[in-house]
Amino acid sequence: MTNPRLSWRVRLRRDRALLLMVVPAVVLLVVFNYAPLFGLVTAFQEYDPLVGVWHSDWVGLDQFRALFGDPLFWQALGNTLYLSFVQLVLFFPIPIALALLLNSVLSERLRNFIQSIVYLPHFFSWVLAITIFQQMLGGAGVLNQFLRTHDIGTWDIMTNPSTFALLVTSQAVWKEAGWSIIVFLAALAAINTDLYEAAAADGAGRFRRMWHITLPGLRGVIMLMLVLRLGNALSVGFEQFLIQRDAVGHDAADVLDTFSFYYGITTNNYSYGAAAGLFKSVISLVLIWGANRLAHAFGEDGLYRR
Amino acid sequence: MTLTIERPVTAASRVDRRAPWEEPPTTVGQAAKGLTLGGVLAVVLVPLWIIVVTSLSTPAAINRAGGLVIWPEGLTLEPYREMLSDPTVRTALLVSLGITLVGTVVSMVVSVLCAYGLSRPRSLGHRVILITLIVTMFLSGGLIPTFLVVTDLGGYGQWWSLILPSAVSVFNILVLRSFYSNTSSELIDAARMDGAGEWRILWSIVLPTSRAVTAVIALFYAVGYWNAFFNVMLYLPTDSQKWPLQYVLLTFVNRGNGMPGSVNSGFGTGQVQTAPLSLQMAVVVLTLVPLLIVYPFMQKHFRTGVLTGAIKG
Repeated sequence: MTNPRLSWRVRLRRDRALLLMVVPAVVLLVVFNYAPLFGLVTAFQEYDPLVGVWHSDWVGLDQFRALFGDPLFWQALGNTLYLSFVQLVLFFPIPIALALLLNSVLSERLRNFIQSIVYLPHFFSWVLAITIFQQMLGGAGVLNQFLRTHDIGTWDIMTNPSTFALLVTSQAVWKEAGWSIIVFLAALAAINTDLYEAAAADGAGRFRRMWHITLPGLRGVIMLMLVLRLGNALSVGFEQFLIQRDAVGHDAADVLDTFSFYYGITTNNYSYGAAAGLFKSVISLVLIWGANRLAHAFGEDGLYRR
Repeated sequence: MTLTIERPVTAASRVDRRAPWEEPPTTVGQAAKGLTLGGVLAVVLVPLWIIVVTSLSTPAAINRAGGLVIWPEGLTLEPYREMLSDPTVRTALLVSLGITLVGTVVSMVVSVLCAYGLSRPRSLGHRVILITLIVTMFLSGGLIPTFLVVTDLGGYGQWWSLILPSAVSVFNILVLRSFYSNTSSELIDAARMDGAGEWRILWSIVLPTSRAVTAVIALFYAVGYWNAFFNVMLYLPTDSQKWPLQYVLLTFVNRGNGMPGSVNSGFGTGQVQTAPLSLQMAVVVLTLVPLLIVYPFMQKHFRTGVLTGAIKG
């Protein structure tokens, strides 16, 4: 039955049940993932919803020319890169530190308890997470309630464009940092404990052990996560910005994804939005590829092997 | 992608005791660790506490506190009774439950079948199909082309536009597949000898032996459907009878657009009359409740489910 030289007819007969099982998923992906890929041609058209993709006028690179001449687009791109950078610097180290800290907790029950609490916000929707932030830090929130009763004045963090980057980063940390520790904890658990014992026997203290055993043990995972982050540098998070855009203003809160949405769908300027989206996808692919090259240069696997 | 982490050598397998060669902890170190971890827990739990307590408070208590209530006094279930008697919230709750239920079932049926179909070694074409799936993880048409495809298919204003476009997660299929591939082949061959077909094998052998991961994946899908609001904004923006709970939360609580119940107070229209704070917080809690009910049962399986995202291309 496992003879690989069976003719494909025989194999088709044998595997028809398996193939049938795959059909629904493939159909859904073809319709909702592959068809939109071909739909990207709208970026080179003046798409008219009334006549559809097949009969809309071709305009070549006009949409891109308009895009690159649009100050709002450059602002969105600038915001995206800036927010991405702030998130990388302020978010990235936290899960690693948290995982190290948690790993050093000896009691298994306590560790499991803490884990189940810090995972929780990951399952909240962005609407919920931002509502919670609003209630804690917003104009009528707990913080300002406290400041008012003690006559220190008020401080509305939720609508302040100049600190928006810090705000969204702390939201991301609150919601996702706990969940991101999972991979680091697994990598920590996979480190051979004999190494620690041998190092201790050689007189290495706890910090030397961390430096020479724990961190090298985490290197692969850290590199992988870094590559993923860099590859996603242009996707700083969509819903989070969409929800807060009105409160903060588009100057600070527009990123490439919201740009594509607001200037594409809400104004029916589909081709323009599609062009912005295509720009983002292409740069993202280049970033993923580049980040991987970088990982390989450091002798790590990255996302895929060489 | 090579996230090569073996089946978790869970922390649970370690002993609850300090290794003999390890230094005893310093007092300062212990205190710092305790404070940090305590702070982390507080950052998650305190806001939830405040919201729950406020949702259970009388208007008088809220007035006395000057807003959100931190120390409870005189708790009441009145806000919940009031909220659940509100037609908008009730409809939204039913819509949310309906989308979550139907969506999860659709996603699970499609994903489990696909994962099993691709999990048998040397089956015809499984490599090609696998690549077809994985490509979609890196390339996507993006927001606008997807929107155009869905609307061209007549999805605007239709329930299915909230479910079908996001029904398949390739990542989840790969997780399921890697578990199904690990089902003992002796067991499967034995069943085959006894005349069981693939459907039978999937149903009576593979599914029962991988219950935990199947449940975790179902939870992930369910949470996705429960939390979704953007698809509503895209495809059902005007029909408030079809809004799920998250959208109500966004409109009435986050943006403070008037009372739930005044159905006409749609997006961005006038600030009618904001609902009492306790009622708003009750809506927040309502969106949390289903999650908090299933969470404790699922929590112990997370690590297994997530880490087997090890994708062997």
